[in-house]
Parts: sequence; C-alpha cells; structure tokens
Amino acid sequence: MSLATLEPGFVSAPKASPVTRVVRQVRDQAPAIVVFVAVIGLWEAVVSALNLQQFVLPRPSEIATAFVAELPVLQKAAGATLYEALGGLVIGVSAGVLTAFAVSRWGRVRDIVLPIAVGASAIPIIAAAPIMSNWFGILNPFAKMAIVILLTFFPMLVNVARGLSQVDESAVELMRASAASEGQILRKVRIPNALPYFFTALKICTTLSLIGAVIAEYFGGANDVLGRVIVQSSSRLRFDITWAAIVVVAATGIVLYLAVVVVERVVIPWHASQRAGGS
Amino acid sequence: MTVQGKSVVSVLGVNKVFESAGGRTTALEGIDLAIGPGEFVSLIGPSGCGKSTLLRVIGDLTSPTSGTVTVNGKTARQARQDRDYGIVFQAPVLFDWRSVQANVALPLEVKGVSGADRQRRVQAMLELVELKDFARHYPYQLSGGMQQRVSIARALALEPSILLMDEPFGALDEMTRERMNAEVQRIWQQTGTTVVFVTHSIPEAVFLSSKVVVMSPRPGRIVRVIDVDLPRPRNDDTRETARYFELITEVRETLRGRWSGEGAAKASGAATSVASMERTQAEGAVG
Repeated sequence: MSLATLEPGFVSAPKASPVTRVVRQVRDQAPAIVVFVAVIGLWEAVVSALNLQQFVLPRPSEIATAFVAELPVLQKAAGATLYEALGGLVIGVSAGVLTAFAVSRWGRVRDIVLPIAVGASAIPIIAAAPIMSNWFGILNPFAKMAIVILLTFFPMLVNVARGLSQVDESAVELMRASAASEGQILRKVRIPNALPYFFTALKICTTLSLIGAVIAEYFGGANDVLGRVIVQSSSRLRFDITWAAIVVVAATGIVLYLAVVVVERVVIPWHASQRAGGS
Repeated sequence: MTVQGKSVVSVLGVNKVFESAGGRTTALEGIDLAIGPGEFVSLIGPSGCGKSTLLRVIGDLTSPTSGTVTVNGKTARQARQDRDYGIVFQAPVLFDWRSVQANVALPLEVKGVSGADRQRRVQAMLELVELKDFARHYPYQLSGGMQQRVSIARALALEPSILLMDEPFGALDEMTRERMNAEVQRIWQQTGTTVVFVTHSIPEAVFLSSKVVVMSPRPGRIVRVIDVDLPRPRNDDTRETARYFELITEVRETLRGRWSGEGAAKASGAATSVASMERTQAEGAVG
C-alpha cells in the first residue's frame, strides 16, 4: 500500500461547476442585497412620511431621476475623474513598487528614503492640492494626478517592501544550498512572497485614488469632473444631483476594487486569502 | 579518528562562538568528525548542544569561528556552490505558490536544468517519495508527513552527495514519524547518499544511523561516537530486538553520564528524553 493512502489530512481540491459557483455566490450575497434594498425602501418611506425637503435629504427616486437627467454630464465627469485617478494610481503604484525594490535591496536607500516617504505621507492632501494646481496649472489633469500619487505611493511602498524582505529565512537558505544567485532568490522567493502584500496595497490604493482625485477637484480646475459637479450642484442646492454624483463616485470605486479582486484571484490562487472561506 | 582518505565530510578542530548583547556563547568546541561515503550519521543531544549549528557549519549556512570543514575534498563554500548538498529542515518550507512538482523542480530550475530532463528528474523524485499522484497538488492540500516527503524529494532532486536533515520529523506525531523513518532508510539505501541527520529522539537515531554522534551542551562537544551494527534493512521487528534496546540504552547512558550531578535544569532535560524514549518502547511492545 502506498503511504499516501495511509496518511490522513489530505484534502482534495474543491471542484465546483461554474453554474454551482454562480448560484453559491448569489446565495452568499443575498443577505447583503436584501439589506441594501430594504435600506433604500426605508429611506424613500421615511423621507416621504416626514415630508423632508429635497435640499435636506432627497428621496432615492429623486436621485435616480437626477441621475438619468444628468447622465451625459455625469458620464463625461466620471470619465475625466477616472482619468485623473487611474493616471495617478499607475504612477503612484509604479513608483511605490520600484522604490520598494530599491529599499529592500539596499539598506542605505531605506535609511534615506523611508523618513522622507513617511514625511510626505503625513502631508494633508487638502493642503497640497492648491500647491499642485499652482505648479502644474489649474486645468492640467496632472495637478490632480499628483495628489493621487502622493496618496498611493506610501501604502504601496511600505507593503511591497515588507513583502520583499519578510521572507522565511529557511526558504532563502534552501535557495543558497542550491547555489542560487541573489537574482534567482528575488525572482523565485521574494517577488512571489510580495504578491499578496502588493494586492492588499493595491486594493487600498484604488479606493484612495478616487478619493484623492475628487478632493483635488474641489480646489478648482476644469468643470466637467465629478468633484466640480458635487461642488456646483450643492451650491445651487440641487442635492439630488450631488447625491447622484456621489453614487457615481462610489460605484466607480467599487468597480475598480472588484477589478483588483478578480486579478488577484487569477494571479495568486495559492494564497490563503483566496481559498475557501477567504474574501 | 581518521579524517583523510575516503571521508565525504571531515570536520577538524571546529569552534563556533556566537557574540551577542548578552555575551559570548560557545556553540561548538573542538569538533572533530569524519563521515564516510554512504554513511548515515545522526547528531543527537539536548537543546543547546550545537547539533544544528554543526549541521549548518557542514552545509556552509554559517561559518565556523575557527577550524576547517572539508567536503568532497573541497571547502564547504565550494561544495555548496557545486550543489553537493540537499537540505531538509524541520518545517517543510514548501513554496505555497508552487505545485508539488514545481516545488521539487526548484533546485533544477536554479541549476538551469530544463525541459525533458527536468521533467524526468521530478517524476523520478516523486516516485521515490511515493507522491506521483500528487504532482499537481498544492502544499496546503497535503498532510504534514506528505509535505515533508515533498521537501525530501526537492532536496534530492540534484542528486546531492550529502543530504543534511535538521530534525526533519520533529513536528510529526510518533506514528507518522516511525513510518517516515522507514521511508528515509529506503530512500537512503536506494540513492546511496551520505546523510547527516540532526535529531533529539534516541529511537530515531538508533533506528536510522550507521553512527550516532552524541553531543553535550555548553559548550557543544562530541561526547562519543557510537557505531550502530543493526542489520539492514531495519523494520518494525528491529524495534523489538535486544540489540536495538541495548544500543538505545547505550546512547541514553552516554547522554545521562555526561549530565549526572550537573544541575537541575540539565537533569530535567535528561528525564524528558528518557521519558519519551520509554513511551516509544512501550508503544513498540504493544504494537
């Protein structure tokens, strides 16, 4: 008899058909959907019952109407804001990752870069936004991207640097015993080890990128962006449009986040967070 | 002790001192050891006797403070660069992101063995450890014993002349451990690799070894080298022979003789390992 059959603790890989997986996902999400719909219904009912004015709290149906009426404006604004957010995200994340490699490779670089990065991350973005507009021009989308870079660089740097350096010492020794070069250890141990850290940071950064872009837009610039739509509609007391714009921001953020989750699932299916019971 | 001639590993006058904020610790003092080709040598002793440090010095994972280590006629550093070693730690240290076969293939990838050669070698190794059917599984899908077998397959992938094993079965339950001991003996006989095996289990050392190196702590020294003349292949019946018990007693007496009257902490350490040995004997008698 082979030893494998004798040993307990073997778990076979879960193999569900696509249909059962979709059914299972819907079932898992059902409570959240029910609660969400209930809250919207309650909101509509309470506002109607108390006869609240539109500028205090618009009804969900009013927000929906505004959304449909302002769709062309919102669409254009969402595109422009997304451009700023994604542009800043790509630059901030790339810079964070590259710096993380340098920091984990050379102690000297770490000692110089980390204090500066910590300092930069402590800058309130509200304070930085007017400066960036001044530097790059108020109509230049890069002024907004700069804020997003400032927000996303640090979480990415810290997480990836940790993933690259907090490696099982025995794993490195095993590689050394096979006479592996530093480059091989980097490719075969450190980078795979850093991937879960990278995705954790990327999820944080996608959310931050939209927040950063919208806040940066508050301080002026082109009008066809979500931040300006929010500022201008609320100054005209058209809170139904304000809410509609907020919904667009939130929905965009959720879509970006889910996109990262999907990529993460494809790239690191082996990680504990991706297995049964993980989120 | 002769260290010339046919030794695969020869350790001469090795000392290892660790310097720390708390002071100096002499982990190894005056170690001389010769290991011949195809020998199975166990290093045994209580915690702090330097047995793992000695293994790491042989494998060039740490350098001795003084003394020399010669492996296959080369320095330990050169031997490591020539990929003369395979290493198995107490934890399997498998890479989560690699399937079983990809884990076994890792040293081959590092060496630059590619394509069909690599595939053939991985298959042979998985057959050797009887995990052929699990090639595409991931580490988390395996039990502890199976993971450790993958780790052994990986260590042997480059056909190293020396296999270094640092308490490889310390984390396994007694039953699994005994099965793994039989496995290791079979693999050792099939491959002819020289094995250096660190353990704190007396029965395990006696069952597996051709030589048991008994060490004592503070400073880490070799007390005695005991030759184990039990016939091979050894099996469950071997565990019930008089000679097996004699040898176990001999190792135990050597460990205890060193400690008698040397303080409560050490005495309790001795008591623990005796107790664990007697438990194993009891199980052997029942089975």
